[in-house]
Amino acid sequence: MRIIKQKRLGLILLMVAGIGIATFFGLRAFNDNLMYFFSATDVIEGKAPKDHLFRLGGMVVKGSVVRQPSGLTVRFVLTDMAKEVTVEYTGILPDLFREGQGIVANGKLDANGIFIAQEVLAKHDENYMPPEVAGSMKNKPAESQK
Amino acid sequence: MFMRFIYKFSSPPYFYAISGKIIPWLTALFFLLLGYGLYGGLVTAPADYQQGDSFRIIYVHVPAAWMSMFIYVVMAISGGIGLVWRIKLAEIVSISSASIGASFTFLALVTGSLWGKPMWGAWWVWDARLTSELVLLFLYLGVIGLYNGIEDKRTASRAVAILALVGVVNIPIIHYSVEWWNTLHQGATVSKLDKPSMHIDMLIPLLVMALAFKVYYAIALLLRCRNELLEREPNGKWIDELLEKVK
Repeated sequence: MRIIKQKRLGLILLMVAGIGIATFFGLRAFNDNLMYFFSATDVIEGKAPKDHLFRLGGMVVKGSVVRQPSGLTVRFVLTDMAKEVTVEYTGILPDLFREGQGIVANGKLDANGIFIAQEVLAKHDENYMPPEVAGSMKNKPAESQK
Repeated sequence: MFMRFIYKFSSPPYFYAISGKIIPWLTALFFLLLGYGLYGGLVTAPADYQQGDSFRIIYVHVPAAWMSMFIYVVMAISGGIGLVWRIKLAEIVSISSASIGASFTFLALVTGSLWGKPMWGAWWVWDARLTSELVLLFLYLGVIGLYNGIEDKRTASRAVAILALVGVVNIPIIHYSVEWWNTLHQGATVSKLDKPSMHIDMLIPLLVMALAFKVYYAIALLLRCRNELLEREPNGKWIDELLEKVK
């Protein structure tokens, strides 16, 4: 009786391990498709698709947001701390959009290498704190975004 | 020694008697924790520096998401124990967990969606974290559907245990999705080896709420298990004895 139970347990562990390995290789093969967005470095290196829509993620460079005098068009620079891409967007930005904030934009590159966004989503970080604490931390360098 | 305890505790009459005594205490504990957690989270915790008061949905969203994964692991492990040692109570714990887990997964998805719209600007995005959590919901629904589709409940329990064990591979994927891939969902705040990236006044109510949800799961699980036991062996001798006592 004991041997049967050990056998069953062995079979179950083998099954779970097998599925784990299969899933691991499956996910590795589709790694690029599972990325929600491309980084600025990917765009500069030409890894991002040229002819169709893709998502670009990064941090809005401080002092780079320029609003057109008329209309809703905004231009800003996105960075992944290594490379930078200029983004142009016409529309209403999410509340959390501000300089130094991580965002994800969906759009296309134009001929001049400017990213024309159709949609902008704000990405907030995993830090939660009261405003007073955040204020006292302002002088320290900002944490790098993933 | 340990196995002896397991076998004793898992005998239906013993389990039925013990669980009946525990439930009122757990219920009191649950309301205590829930009251403290909600008051701490909604009233005393300070507003977030970026998200203001909207961040308070975290006190439901995060504990629900944790529970959705925790219950799945409980369901798979007890299903596995049922497969190997053929303990009836383990099978019952496994299937009774499924619908509770599915509810928590649904709650996590809905609260996440309500949170996503004002903060990100979208109700739903197909990033790795959200998608894998949705897969978890489908796994739960698959387990429930498969169990109800097979007439003989012991056979059904075995089939369901296999499905639950196969799906366990999704749990590490959900947890690490925000590290392995670029996602719109932010990284882990509390469940990581590092120090939690949350102010202590906000963190304590969150942990209390997580504990309250755990206790709720224990209550719901015990109640469902008791029902399932009665349903599976309506003619059990121990039930007759129990009824005698009531009279």
